Amino acid sequence: MSILVDKNTRLVVQGITGSEGSFHTQQMIEYGTNVVAGVTPGKGGQRFDDRIPVYNTVAEAVQQQGANASIIFVPPSFAADAIMESASAGIELVVCISEGIPTVDMIKVHQYLLNRKTRLIGPNCPGIISPGKAKVGIMPGFIHREGSVGIVSRSGTLTYEAVHQVTLKNLGQSTCIGIGGDPIIGTNFIDALALFETDPETRAIVMIGEIGGSAEEEAAKFIKEHMTKPVVSFIAGRTAPPGRRMGHAGAIISGGKGTAADKMNALVNAGVHVCDSPADIGDTVADVIR
Amino acid sequence: MKIHEYQAKDVLKKFNVTVPRGKIAYTAEEARAIAAELGGTVVIKAQIHAGGRGKGGGVKLAKSVEEAEVIANQILGMRLVTHQTGSEGRIVKKVLVEEGLAIDRELYVGIVLDRSVSQLAIMASTEGGMEIEKVAAEAPEKILKQWVDPAVGLQAFQARNLAFGLGLVGEQNKNAVKFLMALYNAYIAIDASLAEINPLVVTTDGKVYALDAKINIDDNALFRHQDILTWRDFDEEEPLEVEASKYNLNYIKLDGDVGCMVNGAGLAMATMDLIKLAGGEPANFLDVGGSASAETVENGFRIILGDKNVKAVLINIFGGIVRCDRVANGVVEAARKIGVDIPIIVRLEGTNAKEAGVILQESGLKFLVAKSFQEAAQKVVQALAN
Repeated sequence: MSILVDKNTRLVVQGITGSEGSFHTQQMIEYGTNVVAGVTPGKGGQRFDDRIPVYNTVAEAVQQQGANASIIFVPPSFAADAIMESASAGIELVVCISEGIPTVDMIKVHQYLLNRKTRLIGPNCPGIISPGKAKVGIMPGFIHREGSVGIVSRSGTLTYEAVHQVTLKNLGQSTCIGIGGDPIIGTNFIDALALFETDPETRAIVMIGEIGGSAEEEAAKFIKEHMTKPVVSFIAGRTAPPGRRMGHAGAIISGGKGTAADKMNALVNAGVHVCDSPADIGDTVADVIR
Repeated sequence: MKIHEYQAKDVLKKFNVTVPRGKIAYTAEEARAIAAELGGTVVIKAQIHAGGRGKGGGVKLAKSVEEAEVIANQILGMRLVTHQTGSEGRIVKKVLVEEGLAIDRELYVGIVLDRSVSQLAIMASTEGGMEIEKVAAEAPEKILKQWVDPAVGLQAFQARNLAFGLGLVGEQNKNAVKFLMALYNAYIAIDASLAEINPLVVTTDGKVYALDAKINIDDNALFRHQDILTWRDFDEEEPLEVEASKYNLNYIKLDGDVGCMVNGAGLAMATMDLIKLAGGEPANFLDVGGSASAETVENGFRIILGDKNVKAVLINIFGGIVRCDRVANGVVEAARKIGVDIPIIVRLEGTNAKEAGVILQESGLKFLVAKSFQEAAQKVVQALAN
């Protein structure tokens, strides 16, 4: 088992003919992901790699190829539209890699998705991988290994770091989800935690948060009330100055809210194993799982 | 992106948000001319990107044109220190000269993204002039909120709820409703990420005005606001950060002594934290992004070394798509070219990490190569001790 993506995933790549889109499509195929279609408006009828059909619309990809998941590599000015197109076509899982979508656009997207069955991951995220089954994202596949640790994170390379540490302990991952570094995201910590809690293969969860917003505090409350599986956490940014955007649009301490200290306290109080150092994630997971 | 009060008021005015009459002045003579044009009492306000200007002596009343000139002369060129500028303060280069108003009440309104519901929240409070964070902490019941459904935008009834909640009746109420609707329209149209009117004043004749205006623009939306982009004031930014932004490097200067260069924002923050845990103080945040090419690394080095407090540099790259051997070549090339004379701790992990290690060892340069995150921290401590 795993969550959200596996061998049944039939992926359509939005922006497949762009440089990033084509490079990562190749990588995902090499990993074993079932990429069934691509979409680039105006380039319908072409084939990617002489093989994968390219359509003008996501709706066609769904009708012709039975796509049930999409990944988005389009520029930020078109990304909100791409998310809504996938949702409208009935895609169940939309993973948006694009970074830099205006907040006002994402407020509309959030509203648009409210009464639809589509789950959004991201934007501004590395995507999702179920090791050995499917990779719908831009993460390096080879650092992962099949196993029983679920990982959810607001970051990209810091997630790879956590995955790597877990793999070095001879443990593997059930699924790793990068939920994204923006202030408005689709799937949040609580959604991911709830999915891991009910996934029989997942035995422990690593949750990597960072400064800004209150998603970690809300997750802490959820963990206290609903989680039976052990959760290990690290919060990045305790040395970040207030009022500054630390790379991610959502990583900002404003009005004294969103500090690493507050988040770590909330998680400790919820019984989470909070790592002081980002170098301790692997050891801590190994401790709680044995 | 932050903009000045006078820029915020200029743009709000275009959306029919009522603001006092006023103009920007760069010299005392200009201030005098504007005061003469406005007539009566005027207010001279220092224009810097920081709050607390009044307490720092950057906002003053002038009852005559002569006084306006004298005061503008005092404020222009002064080093204005507020709780937001740090002890070094900011040199004032321009002042906003505005008409004085007969103020009856001072209120607060603000628009901000409520991340927990992914909607904009319009906030209002009777505690004008106070910091909203302080009100939220001490008397949260005094903050009224309305959340906006993005499909229909702010509705008049919501604005009325806020206006009545603030105790505004009759003409005052009608004017406040118009004000709030206009402010919301402006917020959306210019892709703001924050709008604070503190204080919003009600005058004795029942009108409402934005006496102050703090507006931030969503950096991600600047591509569709070329006009606003021209308002960027480089004088308000740290010179090294301006330099870094020319190379598309995401750099934030801090006060510590250990520089760091990392790929990815989360890993960069975690690396800063690790430096602190190891007993050092991070000198910066630097996310070199996905490519980490020789050129990026070289530019990164130059920026980090531009900070004279830096005593050691930690490079932490987790290679995924980017190959570590290429990064290693970049580091070697850049270090040779620049001639770095402080310890450089390098930790490259991920794709081709082994090859990268060999390149660093055989370079003849004195890199301190670390294999793990933990070891990197230890080497930083060692380097600082020597």
